[in-house]
Amino acid sequence: MPLTLHLTVNGEAHRVDLTDPRPTLLDVLRERIGLTGTKKGCDRGQCGACTVLLDGQRVNSCLVLAASADGAEVTTIEGLSADGALHPVQAAFIENDAFQCGFCTPGQVMSAVGLLAEGETGGDPERIREGMSGNLCRCAAYPGITAAVMDAFARMEAAEGERADDRARTEDRARQGEPA
Amino acid sequence: MNLFDYVRPATLGEALGAAAHPGAAVLAGGTNLVDLMKAGVARPERIVDISRLPGLSEIETLEDGAIRIGALVGNAALARHPAVKAAAPAVAEAVLAGASAQLRNKASVGGNLLQATRCAYFGDPASACNRRVPGSGCDAKGGDRRGHAVLGWSDACSATNPSDLLVPLAALGAVVEIAGQDGTREVPVAEFHTLPGADGDAGGPQLRHGEIVTAVRLPADAARFAAASRYVKVRERTSFAFALVSAAAALDIEDGTIRAARLALGGVAARPWRAAEAEAALTGKAPDAAAFQAAAEAAMAQARPSAEDNAFKIALALRVAVRALTLAAKGTPERMPALPASVFAPTLSAPSPSAPSFQGTAR
Ligand SMILES: Cc1cc2nc3c(=O)[nH]c(=O)nc-3n(C[C@H](O)[C@H](O)[C@H](O)COP(=O)(O)OP(=O)(O)OC[C@H]3O[C@@H](n4cnc5c(N)ncnc54)[C@H](O)[C@@H]3O)c2cc1C
Ligand code: SF4
Ligand code: FES
Ligand code: FES
Repeated sequence: MPLTLHLTVNGEAHRVDLTDPRPTLLDVLRERIGLTGTKKGCDRGQCGACTVLLDGQRVNSCLVLAASADGAEVTTIEGLSADGALHPVQAAFIENDAFQCGFCTPGQVMSAVGLLAEGETGGDPERIREGMSGNLCRCAAYPGITAAVMDAFARMEAAEGERADDRARTEDRARQGEPA
Repeated sequence: MNLFDYVRPATLGEALGAAAHPGAAVLAGGTNLVDLMKAGVARPERIVDISRLPGLSEIETLEDGAIRIGALVGNAALARHPAVKAAAPAVAEAVLAGASAQLRNKASVGGNLLQATRCAYFGDPASACNRRVPGSGCDAKGGDRRGHAVLGWSDACSATNPSDLLVPLAALGAVVEIAGQDGTREVPVAEFHTLPGADGDAGGPQLRHGEIVTAVRLPADAARFAAASRYVKVRERTSFAFALVSAAAALDIEDGTIRAARLALGGVAARPWRAAEAEAALTGKAPDAAAFQAAAEAAMAQARPSAEDNAFKIALALRVAVRALTLAAKGTPERMPALPASVFAPTLSAPSPSAPSFQGTAR
């Protein structure tokens, strides 16, 4: 049964013609769209290596039937950096030595991006560890991963603070009749 | 994975029609069904994708105070919902103690209710299994049954129901709303999965082929326990593991006396085990250690190991029940614990961000 999928992956529209409804989102990303940054570890929802954002939420792409994701927006590890600048989570992973072999890393980074967007852990290491427990690391880089997520949280808070200060300054100037 | 047709009906009526097809299976989040299809355990001829059906993704408070949770509500969304957290905090805690954040984002309430057992022989199409193929036998016998049932099992099947969510739902008297082509019906969560019987009858969910679960309803009465409710889950690792044994406890305490109690156990039977004897034993008592011990013993009075190496689950269940009741009596925590449902306090120290690393020393 032929099926046509429309996916927006990292901001780019893709049309994928399937001759068979069996592939998962993970397989379509890797084999059809050519984005191999998303890894296949267990293929059974148990390791987190295949984590992507599906309509903004982190999910295991190995358990998503691609057909069911028709029309969705997907963000993969390839879509995180903007204009050549690393995403704060990517930068924090490098800074904090949060990997060894690197196989789990794309999934860890995508999961951390999802976790920070959920906004429920703050910088609490215990909540971060619990929130990241869907991502296994065979090299056991866990201390570095937790440190990296704490660090990324702090960086993003600081950046948000600066943006808020900027907004406040602009509003102040506007109130005082100065050009922004 | 076998080949199948994929259909995505636009309305519940169309979906019921499509699901009536003999080889059809409905797909919600897919986190269990796709997994079972990969293993060759589920071999549907037709996938009826219900994940976008309108009207099944809402949580609403009804006029009588009951909370109606649509079958397609995500597990994560359920745990975050203000009305659920306020009226049934043990439900939120149980959900957050299950699976991983990624799975909870995709998993639905209906799929959680209908998820299959994690018995390893069920998951292996090469093994005999009465639950997978009625009457075929049970290869778990004489095999690894360490995690198997200690209540309500039979010679036909000793598997447990793996859901965390169902344990507090059963304790609080939640009801499953079911739609079929002939109309709608309701079944209590605590009875939704039938127990195994004789002659190769492994039991299973009370859902006729082609029926679709539309919602789970928490009665208004659940809210009387909101101030003293906990879920406790013991597993083989701190997080991201199924329960060995779990318990949901909910108490309504006034002037030092238990006015009403709710207790259900997970990981011990083919369904969440509502312990009515324990609830009766607690009513009118002071919430103290003696009452909790007596209640736990009442809950486990009929327990017997299904294998040589799983008697430990009886001792564990007694302790988990006592712990859940003790924690519930102390009051529902204001904020969700960092490790939901865990018996461990957060103790591990924090790694310091940007601690000296290889990059740091090389520079
Ligand atoms: C690695 C891993 C770890 C896990 N750990 C836990 C855990 O610790 N605790 C826990 O409780 N769960 C755990 N789970 C299970 C998880 O909670 C379930 O997979 C999930 O809840 C299923 O929901 P779904 O929407 O993805 O279901 P699906 O996979 O879409 O469906 C599951 C079943 O339900 C049927 N179904 C779905 N919706 C309906 C409906 N509305 N009406 C009729 N039938 C329906 C499907 O036909 C199928 O048979 C784990 C899963 C994995 C993969
Ligand atoms: S215990 Fe139940 S689920 Fe496991 S193999 Fe036996 S019949 Fe199947
Ligand atoms: S590859 Fe998807 S969770 Fe392991
Ligand atoms: S860095 Fe090797 S698996 Fe995590």
